[in-house]
Amino acid sequence: MRGTRLGDRLLHIYTWIIIVWLSSPIAVMILFGFNDKQSKSNTSWQGFTLRWYAELFDIPDLTVALRNSLVVAAASTVITVVIGTMLGLALGRHRFRGQGLTNFLVFAALSTPELVMGASLLSLFVSGNVPRDATTIIISHVLFSLSFVVVTVRARIVTLDPSLEEAARDLGATAWGTFRQVTLPSIMPGVLAGAMLSFALSIDDYVVTSFVNGSTVTFPLWIVGAVKTGIPPQVNVMGTLIFGVGVLIAVGNAVAARRRR
Amino acid sequence: MRRLTPYLLALPGWLWLAIFLVVPMAAMASVSLQTGNAYDGYAMTFSFSNYADAIGRYSTQMVRSILYGGLATAAMLVIGYPVAYWIAFKGGTRKSVYLFLLLLPFFVSFVLRTIAWNFLLSDNGILFGTLKGWGLLPADFHVLATTLAVVGGLTYNFLPFMILPIYVSLERVDPRIVEAAQDLYATRAAAFRRVVLPLSLPGVFAGVLMTFVPATADPLNAQILGGTGNTMIGNIIQTEYLTNLDYPTASALSFTLMAVLLVGIFAYARALGTENVLEAAAR
Repeated sequence: MRGTRLGDRLLHIYTWIIIVWLSSPIAVMILFGFNDKQSKSNTSWQGFTLRWYAELFDIPDLTVALRNSLVVAAASTVITVVIGTMLGLALGRHRFRGQGLTNFLVFAALSTPELVMGASLLSLFVSGNVPRDATTIIISHVLFSLSFVVVTVRARIVTLDPSLEEAARDLGATAWGTFRQVTLPSIMPGVLAGAMLSFALSIDDYVVTSFVNGSTVTFPLWIVGAVKTGIPPQVNVMGTLIFGVGVLIAVGNAVAARRRR
Repeated sequence: MRRLTPYLLALPGWLWLAIFLVVPMAAMASVSLQTGNAYDGYAMTFSFSNYADAIGRYSTQMVRSILYGGLATAAMLVIGYPVAYWIAFKGGTRKSVYLFLLLLPFFVSFVLRTIAWNFLLSDNGILFGTLKGWGLLPADFHVLATTLAVVGGLTYNFLPFMILPIYVSLERVDPRIVEAAQDLYATRAAAFRRVVLPLSLPGVFAGVLMTFVPATADPLNAQILGGTGNTMIGNIIQTEYLTNLDYPTASALSFTLMAVLLVGIFAYARALGTENVLEAAAR
């Protein structure tokens, strides 16, 4: 028995080593946002400063790129959540012709490599002489986020007892009233999870965007473009702030869910 | 009206998938058979030789991508399985905390994480620079621009996608089954091999699918962490499309890559004897 306990303890330590390994780039990113660097490159520690937080928006191109990313993420999330929830409801709640094909399309969108998705979208836009700008980026982001919203909403709707909706209708609620007062509140956690996932996928995307962006630059594209000349500390600060907000939302969400229970 | 409801609900999403997933594939198929050049434009000539040309020119990078993707996937499996196992069976009440910690990197953008590795591994950076300063490493020691850096970056970036599905399948294993095996005089190793491992195979299958495909097709790790000798097919497709504007070659390569991945997935599914490929993959 003692031998097995030792094995478990080793695995416990091992798990923590992996967690530290996975988190180490985050620590580096946060730390070097406080680096008081004097030379052009931000590669060695030269003292603590809050300068980069004060000068966060001093690089105009970077600020534009971040704003583009936020606009694209917001717009694509709204579109994705609306049409994805509708599609999730249709697939989870109804039987209709072409359902199998639709399920297949949802699965195909999930499993197509990003590279192939980006390349094929560019083929379409080039063939149709569509100029590439923020609109084509939003179109593409909706495409790769859509399936995630469909899957989370569908997973939620199948756990909802259909007799609740029937009861609402029997009590004289209209179809829209039933949806708003019964269906929507109960699928809301799935919708919200899908929305957060869409936003995160969109703001993070590099591969698909690199094909369909034209001359519009997003945050990840700007960073990759700056690799050769050196990443300014403002990028670390922005990454740190995005990280902080994301963690806060996730933790807040988890705490709220626990309190509801 | 009631009967039309599902169609009306499904229509916008369905149209989006049809217009921006299916039609682009057709457009790419068409482009891959055209000839011409970037200035005068391309015209359809049904030149299937585009495929032979493209594959002939870039077979090295294609093979290298599959090799790197495969190596990274194998590394993720070896590294990730014990973590999933420990959290599922010994995580106790803190399971969700451990999972959250494993997912923490996803709150930082993929691009930034990869660049942070470039920074950590740089030849005279905080890690190797310090060790070299202490005389613990030879001055010409380097990891960047090697196979190890690219495969390591891929392993790092996609590891949680391997751990999560394995965890989900292990979490469903009833510990009493394992106890029963041990009561019947199975050693711990035998109980693991004959009971736990087979029950976790659907998770392994899903994990391999979720990591091998994106790792093989990823252009970013090779671009940020690799050197000129580590170029992967993703980099070639990006360059052909965006820099050389050689759309037919890029399209032919994209299709070839997808075909190779599909064949790989099905061969792998058969080798593993998984009956419900789609079911396992959908999970």
